Amino acid sequence: MATPLSYPSSDPHMFPICSRDNWLSLTVSMEGFLTSCSPSVNPKIEKPEDMVKTGVLARFQNFLRKCLIAVISYGPMPNHIAFIMDGNRRYAKCRSIQQGAGHRVGFFAVVANLLYCYEMGVKYMTVYAFSIDNFKRDPKEVQSLMQLMEEKINEVLEKQSVIDKLNCKVNFWGNLELLREPARLAAQKLMASTAGNTGPVLSVCIPYNSTSEIVNAVSEVCAERREMLQGERDGDCNGQAANSGVHPEISVADLDRHMYSAGCPDPDIVIRTSGETRLSNFLLWQTTFSHLQNPDTLWPDFSFRHLVWAVLQYQRAYPHLEQNRNLAKKQL
Amino acid sequence: MPLSRSPAASCQLLAPSRRTRLLTPYPRAGATPAAEASLLPGALRAESLPRHVAVVMDGNARWARARGLPSAAGHEAGRRALEETVRLSRAWGVRALTAFAFSHENWSRPKVEVEFLMGLFERVIHESVAEFLREGIRLRVIGDSSRLPVSLQRTAREAEEATRNNSQLDLTLAISYSGRRDIVQACRSLAQKVQDKVLRPEDIDESLFADELETSPADELTYPDLLIRTSGELRLSNFMLWQSAYSELFFTDTLWPDFGEDDYLEALVSFQSRDRRFGVRKL
Repeated sequence: MATPLSYPSSDPHMFPICSRDNWLSLTVSMEGFLTSCSPSVNPKIEKPEDMVKTGVLARFQNFLRKCLIAVISYGPMPNHIAFIMDGNRRYAKCRSIQQGAGHRVGFFAVVANLLYCYEMGVKYMTVYAFSIDNFKRDPKEVQSLMQLMEEKINEVLEKQSVIDKLNCKVNFWGNLELLREPARLAAQKLMASTAGNTGPVLSVCIPYNSTSEIVNAVSEVCAERREMLQGERDGDCNGQAANSGVHPEISVADLDRHMYSAGCPDPDIVIRTSGETRLSNFLLWQTTFSHLQNPDTLWPDFSFRHLVWAVLQYQRAYPHLEQNRNLAKKQL
Repeated sequence: MPLSRSPAASCQLLAPSRRTRLLTPYPRAGATPAAEASLLPGALRAESLPRHVAVVMDGNARWARARGLPSAAGHEAGRRALEETVRLSRAWGVRALTAFAFSHENWSRPKVEVEFLMGLFERVIHESVAEFLREGIRLRVIGDSSRLPVSLQRTAREAEEATRNNSQLDLTLAISYSGRRDIVQACRSLAQKVQDKVLRPEDIDESLFADELETSPADELTYPDLLIRTSGELRLSNFMLWQSAYSELFFTDTLWPDFGEDDYLEALVSFQSRDRRFGVRKL
């Protein structure tokens, strides 16, 4: 049985209707109809499995959702969406629930949006779960976040869950040595067990800083170069022809290979919820030509209609983005 | 008059700026810092101004096309807007201003336009040296200088030398700059040091890396506090990627030649109201 919204939506961010693009107004009016019954995050849900609902009303909602997705799929769809999940604590304060519970509801929003992205055909989804700077916060909050992470990973590992249903591959990007032993082992185990999956790819950045990712990649590239030259010098000693001095210069591709995100395409859209307009050290290298969006919605409130709006905005800007990306490829 | 704003909105913005124009006479060169702080428009507080502002000067060609002018006219108008922004930054106490004049991707533009732009940069730098010396502005040019015409490289070097000791405002022009190339060239120089056995890969950390970037030395003024991008584009486009990790971003639909005092004021007021946490929570 579908659970309607159990609290009034505090979302002040309604769609600004652009008079220039009248074709959007049809989709917007459809969305307005769906707002009252689109599945959203409910703080009372206990398990991620409960989010996949059954029943007549839910089937009708699913049908409408599929129709909407079919409509927007006429335009270019993003392949990779990245989220900066801001606003959990403010959400908890607004709803007068316990502070730690805001992060729990945030976790369910991650699962909900993973399901929506999967339905839309967005193959890659990245979330900024925890920054290295966040370690400076109140130790109790840090500990509760780490415990939440361990608990959820262990739940996923133990039983059949949404991750398995979608055949999802889970990555953890970040400096995992900074995590506590149990959290790190759980993360590595989950990465290993989903490594062969071929479905959508969920990358969780925890604990992550883009500057330290870049420094790490630079350090690895330097070490690789040194070993390469060392190998050649050893080769010289064995009497083989010297090849030093004829090396290709270090390039963007070399650094790309050593980033945590190697193998994933760059994000097409970066969405930062709760209205702040900054990147906060997230994917600086990879988001050069990404479309940046900052809706005022708090992260736990971010649902299907917000995602649809984000994709529509991306589709509007798509021609410029493609042009710039092609120019950049020619240069680099 | 910015074309992209509705008349009602621009009337609202013009009204406060008329008042502020009454309050802020043109600062005399050599005015003391205390006197300058009192020349701030009423909406701004001196203690919450950004120390370093970066601008992506987008929209010159579009501005010209909208008026049926050649793109050269758009770039000249953009130059005037930059001069105005420099003057306002100097007057309001912003310590550093970085302007993205020409990106590495712009080399693919038509040859005529590129040549015009190189000539424009040379003229602008040459003509502005005297004013920089008078106003205490230090000029720096960053970017891949190997592709610039030799005369421009020479003019830029001379201007940097002449204004080296100024300290009122640090003006950095990014010509033929690309954030990714900046990071790659820093990586190459570090790799060279590793090969020369001056450094081990394990010793490379963030501050060491930051010192190799073109914006070094990495002091408190290196990283922009506020990054303004005009003409409605919502992306960074390869500008100061590393350095803008914690910058507040401000996007405006105004095209760059129309970016004037009221737009700049709006950006600074917006910056004032931002809650900068740098990942830590305030208790």
